[in-house]
Amino acid sequence: MKPLTAWTTMIYSLTLRTVNTTTSNPSLVRKGGILAVPVVHTPLLTKEGLGVVVRKVIYSLTAWLILLSYPVSAIPTIQQWETSNGARVYFVAAPELPMVDIEVTFDAGSARDGDKPGLASMTKSLLKEGGSGEWDADQVAEQFDNWGAQFSVSLDRDMATVNLRSLTDTQLLSPALNLLTVVLKQPAFREKSLEQVRQRMLNALKMQEQDPASVADNAFYKAVYGDHPYAISETGLKETVMALKREEVVAFHQRYYVAKNALVAIVGAVDKQGAEQLANQVVGSLPAGETAPALPAVADLKEANLVNLHHPATQTHILIGQPGVARNDPDYFSLYVGNYILGGSGFACLLMDEVREKRGLAYSIYSYFSPQRVPGPFVAGLDTRNDQTEEALKIVRQVLQDFVAQGPPAEKLKLAKQGITGGFPLRIKNNSNILGYLSVIGFYRLPLDYLQTFNQNIEAVTLEKIKDAFQRRLHLDKMVTVTVGGKPEAKEAN
Amino acid sequence: MFHRYLQISLLCLLSYFSSALLAGPVQEFTLENGLHLIVKEDHRAPIAVSQVWYKVGGAYEQEGKTGLSHMLEHMMFKGTKKYGPGEFSRIMAANGASENAFTDSDATAYFQSLEKSRLALSFELEADRMRNLVLSEAEFAKEKQVVLEERRMRTEDQPDNMAFEHFLATAYQTSPYQNPIIGWMSDIKNLTLTDLQHWYQRWYAPNNAIVVVAGDVNPTAVFELAKTHFGPLPRSEITPVPTRPEVEQYGMKRLIVKRPAKLPELTMGYKVPTLATVPKGQEWQVYALEVLAYILDGGDSARLTKNLVRAKSMATNIWSSYDFWSALSNLFIFNGKPSEKHTLSELEEAIREQITQLQTTLVDEKELTKIKNQLRASKVYEADSVFYQAMQIGRAEAIGLNWQIAEAYLDNIIKVTPAQLQQVATQYLTDDNLTVAVLEPQSLTEKTKNTTIMESPNSAKGAIH
Repeated sequence: MKPLTAWTTMIYSLTLRTVNTTTSNPSLVRKGGILAVPVVHTPLLTKEGLGVVVRKVIYSLTAWLILLSYPVSAIPTIQQWETSNGARVYFVAAPELPMVDIEVTFDAGSARDGDKPGLASMTKSLLKEGGSGEWDADQVAEQFDNWGAQFSVSLDRDMATVNLRSLTDTQLLSPALNLLTVVLKQPAFREKSLEQVRQRMLNALKMQEQDPASVADNAFYKAVYGDHPYAISETGLKETVMALKREEVVAFHQRYYVAKNALVAIVGAVDKQGAEQLANQVVGSLPAGETAPALPAVADLKEANLVNLHHPATQTHILIGQPGVARNDPDYFSLYVGNYILGGSGFACLLMDEVREKRGLAYSIYSYFSPQRVPGPFVAGLDTRNDQTEEALKIVRQVLQDFVAQGPPAEKLKLAKQGITGGFPLRIKNNSNILGYLSVIGFYRLPLDYLQTFNQNIEAVTLEKIKDAFQRRLHLDKMVTVTVGGKPEAKEAN
Repeated sequence: MFHRYLQISLLCLLSYFSSALLAGPVQEFTLENGLHLIVKEDHRAPIAVSQVWYKVGGAYEQEGKTGLSHMLEHMMFKGTKKYGPGEFSRIMAANGASENAFTDSDATAYFQSLEKSRLALSFELEADRMRNLVLSEAEFAKEKQVVLEERRMRTEDQPDNMAFEHFLATAYQTSPYQNPIIGWMSDIKNLTLTDLQHWYQRWYAPNNAIVVVAGDVNPTAVFELAKTHFGPLPRSEITPVPTRPEVEQYGMKRLIVKRPAKLPELTMGYKVPTLATVPKGQEWQVYALEVLAYILDGGDSARLTKNLVRAKSMATNIWSSYDFWSALSNLFIFNGKPSEKHTLSELEEAIREQITQLQTTLVDEKELTKIKNQLRASKVYEADSVFYQAMQIGRAEAIGLNWQIAEAYLDNIIKVTPAQLQQVATQYLTDDNLTVAVLEPQSLTEKTKNTTIMESPNSAKGAIH
C-alpha cells in the first residue's frame, strides 16, 4: 500500500531503522525511484523507546535543572475504567487536534497459537481482509477510506492490535466506529480471503528464508525458547500455515476476541464521557468471555548452544542471548538503564564503541531486552563481513563479560540517567506516542502513574542494582549463539 | 447505508477544512551569510525538532565518486577542532536528544529532537561541524569499513534491493539517479580523504544550508539563537553542478536479475516529470500523477490491492509510487510479488490492464473524491508529528522549491480532474517510456549445511564464564 506521501515512506523507514535494531531485517527505502540510504545511527532499543547516554557535557548542569523542573502537570493523566462487559479502557484527552486514536488490544498474539503456528496472525489479518458482517473486504476498506479513517491491524507474540485513527467530526467518527464494532464482533472470515492471506503468509515465510537476518532471528528464538510458544515467529511455519482451517480461525476469534481479554486505549479530542461512549460502542457488545490463561513459564537455558547456519550472504549475522525479562519485572528499570549503557543507546553505548567506533567491524551493533508477558529475550547482535565473524564474536563476548563482572562505569551511569530523564518529553510528544504507552501500561498492567514516576524510577537505579540484576539475570556460560552467513571470501581489498 | 455515508463524508470534509487552521504559523529568516532559517510553531509539547539540510546528495556526484555524500554524512560525526570523534552523539545523548542523519539523492540532512530548552545545544554543535569538521585518515579508514558493511547489509545480501538497484541503473540512461546513494561497492572502496575534504569544502556552508526548526519555540528567539551560532560562519562560493537531464527513452527496456532468493519480484518504472522539472504552466500534470498514485495505491480500497490482490488473487504484495518531491525527473513505479499460482508475466499483464483502464476510462468522481477526503484527513493526522512538519518544509526547500508549495499541496490536489488523470496516464504510462525488471530467484540451498554443535562453556576462545 502506498503511504500517504512518498516522504512518509522515508520517515517511516527512519523510524523503522531504530526499531530494526530490535527486530533485524532493516528494510531499504524506496523513495520514488531512488534507493534512499538514510541514517547513520543505530539508536534505541526495547519497546521503551527513546533515550540515549553519556559523558561530560558543558550543558549538563542546566539540563539537569530543567529536567527537575519539568512540570508533572505536563504529563498526561491517564483515566481508566472498565466497560460493563469487562474490557479495560485507558484514556488520555488530547484536545489540540480534531482527531482521535483508538487502539483495541487483545491478548491474542502468536503465543496463543497452540499447536497451530500462524493461527493468531491469520485471525488478525482476516479481521481486516475477510469481510465483516454483511460487507466484503472491499466495502470495509472503501468505507474507512471514504471517511478519511485509517484502519490497521498488527500482531506480535503477545498482542493482537486493531487500530483506528479518525477525525472527530461526528459524521465521520460515528460511522467509522460502527464499522469497527462490526469488524471486531462479526468477522466473516471468508474462504477466498483466507486463501489469499495464507498465500501471503507463505510468501512471507519464503521472504524470511531469503533474508539472513530473519533466518538468524528464527534460529535464535527456536534455540532460546525450545517448546515455549515464543519459539516460533508470528508468521508460523509452512506446514501449519498450509493446514489452517476456517473453523480454527472462528474458534480462535471466539475464544480470544472477547471483552475480558481486551483493552481499549483512546487518545484524542474527546472528553471522558465521549471516550466512555466510544469504548462502549466499540467493545460494549463483545461477549464478556474470559481472559487468556497465563503463558507457560520460560525455562532457563541449561547449557551454551552454538548454532551455525549457512546462507549465501557476504555478511554473517550474529545473535547472542538468552531469556531476558518480563515487562512487569521488578528488575525492569535496572536492566533497562544497564542495557542502555551496554548496547541500547546508539553511539553512546559500549558495544557500539568497541565494535563499530574503534574497529569498524559492523554497521549495526546493539543489545536489548525485549520485555514481554513472560520473559522475552536478551539479545546482543551485529552483522559483519564473513571473515570477521570470530573477531567480532570475541569482542562482543568480552564486552558482555566485563559488563556483567564489573557493572557499568560510574560516569556512564550518570550520563545515562541524565540522557534518559532529559529526553523524557520526547516520549510523550504526540498522540501516537501516548497511545503506545497506554496500550503497554494496560496490557502489562503497569501502574497508572507510570509516566509520572518514570524519571524517579530511572533515578533510583544505582551501579549496585545494575550489577546485581545483570549478574542474577545473564548467564554468560549458557548463552545461545547463532551465526548465519556465508564462507569468508579471499580477504577483500581495503 | 454505504452510499449515504459516502455522501455525508464528502460534504462535511469539504466544509470542515475550509475553516480549520491546524498547523501553526511559519516564519522564515535569512542570515547575512545566506543561511536560510524556517521556523514552524507547534506548542502541543515542550519539544523542538531541529534539522539542518544541505543541498548536496547522491545526484551531485560524478562517475567513480558515487557514495561520496553519504560517506561524508558518516564522517560528520567524527569530530571537529573543538569536539573529538563521536563527541557530537555523546553530548546529544547525555541531553536526551534523539538524533540522526540521512543522505538522499538531492539533499543531506542532520536532525535532532530535544526538550525545547536545549535547542541552543543543537545549534552550537551543528554550526561547529558546518565549517570546522576534522577529517582524519584514521577515522576515515574505520568508517569506510562501516559503510561497506552497511552496503552489504542493505544491498549485497538483499536480493530485492539488489534487483531494484539494477533496475534504476538500467532505467536511467544519463540521469544521476541511476547510481545508488550509498555508492557502488568499488566507488566506496576507492573514495579518498581528499575526496571528502573537497566535497566538504564545496558544499558545507551556511549559504548552502537550510535550518528548519519546529516545535514549542518562539520564532524571534530562534532567529536570535541562529544569529549567535550560525551567524559568524563565513559563506562560500557555491557553484551548482550542471544538471545532466535524462535523455528521451525510445523504447522499452527489460532486465533480469538472478540472485539467491525464494520469491520472484517484478518492478516496472515509467519516466515522469516532477514539480521541479515540469514545464511552467503544466504543474497540474504532477498533481495529477500524484493523484494517480493514490488511485492505484492510496489505502486498502485502492485499485491495485482491490483488483490484483483481492479480486484476482494475482499478487500477495503490490505497491506503486510516485515521488513528487525530487529535483530531477524520476519514475512512476509499480512493484509486486505474484502469488504462487501466477507468473511474473501474468502479474505484468494485470498491471498493464490497470494502466489501460486509466487511459481508456475516466476515473469516477466518487473515487476521486475518496482520495481527496483521505488526503484532507491525513493533513490533520500529519500535524500529530512535529518532525514530519519540519521534514515537509526541508524537503521542499532543499530541492529549490519552497515551503509554501508544501502548504498549498492540498489545494492543488483538489483541483485535479478525471480528464487530467486520463491525460497523464496516456501521456506518460507508455511502453516506450518503460523499464521492466524481474528478480529470478536462484537456489539458496545448494551449499547449505546446517550444523548444531555444543560449545564448551569455558572454551579458551570464548572466554565466557
